[in-house]
Order: sequence, then C-alpha cells, then structure tokens
Amino acid sequence: MEQLTAGRTADVRIAGLTKTYAGAVTAMADVDLTIASGEFVAVVGASGCGKSTLLRILAGFEQPSSGAVEVGGTPVTGPGPDRGVVFQDYGLFPWLSVRENVAYGPARKKLPKAEVAAITERFITAVGLTRFAATYPAQLSGGMQQRVAIARVLANDPSLLLMDEPFGALDALTRSDLQAELKRIHVDTRTTVVFVTHSIEEAVFLADRVVVMTGGAAHGVPGHISRIVPVELADRDVTSPAFNEVKREIAELVHRVPTPV
Amino acid sequence: MTTATVPVAAAAPTVPAPPVRRRRGRLRTVLLGLPVPLLFLLLWHVGRENAWELPFGIRMGFLPYPADVARGLANYAIGTRDDAFSNLLWEDLPASALRVLSGFALATAVAVPLGVLMGRFVTANALFDPMINLFRPIPATAWVPLVALLIGYGDQASIFLITLSAFFPIVLGTISGARQVPERLLEAARMLGTSGVGTLLRVVLPAAAPAIVNGMRVGLGLSWVILVLSESTGVPTGLGSTIFLARDVVQTDQIVVGMICIAVAGFLSDRLLMLVFRVLFRDRPLIK
Repeated sequence: MEQLTAGRTADVRIAGLTKTYAGAVTAMADVDLTIASGEFVAVVGASGCGKSTLLRILAGFEQPSSGAVEVGGTPVTGPGPDRGVVFQDYGLFPWLSVRENVAYGPARKKLPKAEVAAITERFITAVGLTRFAATYPAQLSGGMQQRVAIARVLANDPSLLLMDEPFGALDALTRSDLQAELKRIHVDTRTTVVFVTHSIEEAVFLADRVVVMTGGAAHGVPGHISRIVPVELADRDVTSPAFNEVKREIAELVHRVPTPV
Repeated sequence: MTTATVPVAAAAPTVPAPPVRRRRGRLRTVLLGLPVPLLFLLLWHVGRENAWELPFGIRMGFLPYPADVARGLANYAIGTRDDAFSNLLWEDLPASALRVLSGFALATAVAVPLGVLMGRFVTANALFDPMINLFRPIPATAWVPLVALLIGYGDQASIFLITLSAFFPIVLGTISGARQVPERLLEAARMLGTSGVGTLLRVVLPAAAPAIVNGMRVGLGLSWVILVLSESTGVPTGLGSTIFLARDVVQTDQIVVGMICIAVAGFLSDRLLMLVFRVLFRDRPLIK
C-alpha cells in the first residue's frame, strides 16, 4: 500500500508534571513519562485519575502547573497541528461536509488547492468514506463520524496522535472494527499515539505499552502513574490465555485502591 | 428479532401523513386564515357606515372605507386619479427602502463584529456591556429631538435613527450566539492549526449564525418600524413622509395606504433576507 502520510513522528517527554486547579485541588502530581517515536501508548485508569488531563496537557488545551512537557523536543505551549486530537464526541464541524471537515487542516496550511484536494481524497478513502464525502456529520452514524474525525487529524500529518476515549461512545461491533482499522493506520503511518481509554481490553489490544494511572481527588491522592506495563504479545488475540493474563494484571492495578499520603 | 418488529408495528400509525392528506392540511390552513381578516374588513366597512364609537374614543366616522383605501392604493401605485399622491409609490418605496437598507447594513456591520468580540472576550464584554445597557432602553422617539438639533433634518438623521434601532437586537443576538459556541469545536479548530482570529471567522461566526440571523431579522423589522418616525425629520420623499403629508392634507385613505405599503415592504424585506441567507448557507446544517 502507498505510504499514507509523510510519516512524521515525534517522541514525547513528560517530567515532573503536576496539575493543580484553582481551589488547590491537585489533580495530578509527579507524572514522568517518556514515549519513543512511533510508539503506541494507551493510558488506562479509573475516572478522575487524571488520564484525560494528561492528554489535554499534551494537546496544549491546558497548561501544566509545573513540570516539563516536550513533543519532538519542543516544549508544548498551546494546541497545534503537529498534535492531532480525536475526541470522544468527535468535534466535527456540523456545517461542513465530510470532505470539507477533512480538508480543513490542510487548507489552514495554505497548501495549493489541488494538493489539499488530493490529501483529502486520500484520507477519505483510507477510512472508507468515499461514498459519504458530500454528506454532513449529523447524517452519519457515530462510528462513521469518528472515522471522519480520524481522517481529519491524519490529513494534517501530525507527529503525535492524541485520542481521548475515541471509541467510548460506540457500540461493541463498530468499536472493534475501528480498533482494527486504527491498528492498520498506525502500522501505515508510524505516528506516535497516546490513547486514553476506560477499556483495558482495548488498551492491551492496541498498545505497545499500557500506562496505568491511579489516584485522583476522590482518593485523597493526586492522580499519578502506578505502573507502565509493556505488552509483548506477538498475536493480539483477545480470546487467548496470554492476552487475558495481561488484562488481568492491568485490571488488578487499576482496581487497587491507592493509599492516601 | 421479535424486538425489532414490535416497535415498527407500533410506529405504523404515526408514519407521516400521505401527500394527499398533507395537501388538504395546507389548504385547510389557508382557508382558516381567511375568515378573521374578512370579518375585520366587513366590520370596518359597517363601522364606518354607521360611524361607530369604539373604546379609546375611536370614531370610525373619520375612517375611509376599505374600498377608498383600495382606490387610494391603486392611485398611489399606478395613478388612477390625478392628485398629489398619484404614482408616488415608485418614488417613495425606493427612497424608504434605501434608508432602511443603509441603516440596517450599517448596524449589521458594527453589531456583528462587536457582538462576536463581546461574546468571546471577557474584556471586550466588560468594556462595552455597560454602554449598551445604558443606551438600549432609550426609545428611538426620545432620540428624535436631539438628532434634529445635532444632525438636522434629512437623510442622514433618518438613517442614523434606523441604524441605532437595528443595532441593539443584532448585537444582542450575536453576543448570545457567540457565547454558546461549543467549546469542543474551538478546541478542534485550534488543534487543526486555526489562528485566534481564524477561530472567530471559521468557528464562532458559523456556529453563531442562527442567533445572528434571528437578531438581524428583528433588527430589520425594527428598521421599518422606525422608518416612519425617522422620516418625520422632514425628508421630502418616502413612505413615512407621505403619511405625514397625507395627515397634513387630511387624506385618511392615503394614511392607511402608506401603512399598508410599509407593512408589505417590511414583510417582503424579511423574506428577501431569509432568501439571502438560504443562498449563502445553501443546505448546510447549522447548530440549532
């Protein structure tokens, strides 16, 4: 298959990251995480552990209270097209057609019109939505809207793909379809991925490493990384005993009650 | 798959009415719209004939007959009799429409950008909000004496009053629309590489479009309301100034003719505005 993107990819370095909200609630403290170029990292944890906050800080939507966050050696200061974000609720522009949504990013880069059109068609084809290029997001199912959202950020050729529970609102069948598709896309693009999810199975199926976060305001402990589990399964068969062994290990970590300081 | 068939069967009676019934429904709506206006015309005619005295001290004896108004309208439009008002419609209507259009366009040009800034930036809101709330309750009628002294009589005074009146509904509509833009869309635009100003143009403006359109419709309607008042500042031609001329020569049928023309012009301009928006947005789904 033809190379889907220019294959830009970046490493991520997070050191001593702390996020405190007004009112002195420390949502997250002392988070250190290094991600290699092209790696697929999933972040799991109970609600309120700070996994979405971590992703939003990487995206540049929120500023860290202290600590360093670098993507491709550059400190993150705000949102930018080098870091594509896929939201759980898609975030598509309802007044733009599928084609216009996908073309949005390339058009902002002031590329020649023909090139924007070529990129757009390539990614619409890649997510299998050629027949729906002229429709509007509201006319599509959730799974198809999320395909559009993925094509939209990939068309921007990001070096880091940030996904915030992207398949959380989809039914099980659509979900596993999209998981397989994402895996294929990751193989094609080798873009670094940070994938936040509630589903341990999804994390183990997709990721090279699973970051387990725990704590949060509800536990009286700031959110932090409790363990990073490498997934070394050659074959990601969700029914295999080896797969379930990894799942069990992570589930145990997720459900362990963090001890208050 | 029994669960799938049950709701289908249950939903059957609520399926949209077949075309024939829908057409009959539309005819019914049209027919139902007729009796009240016809009764109104009849009462007007009978009341005039018998010189009824109504509450508020309305003396119907001073009214023209509906038929007189119809004749006056014909004269105003195509000059059926030879008097001061013959054929005047085609001078008055463009003059008035141009004033409404100028005032409305000017108000829109200021109110939409200002409303977008006020809706999105706390500082802009804090700067302008007190001023807007201070001026908004002042009715256009209260401005007339001051405008007469400051600007004098003429087109500029008239357009100024229309601009002033149309401004507030447009700016308030835009502010509320700009405030309700989903945060997610702004995040999406920024992570796709949209600059700050770009976000205002590409996300805030389209997302706020329905609220802006509503404000503009109210503003355009008000422009016609204020037209008569604004033409009381002594402009020679216009639907409003002709009403004042008709009053001065005590030609009541012509006063009513002027009122009718303004109503029709206002209605048509609203339709025209909606047509412009339809062409502009085509069938794009906007945020409701």
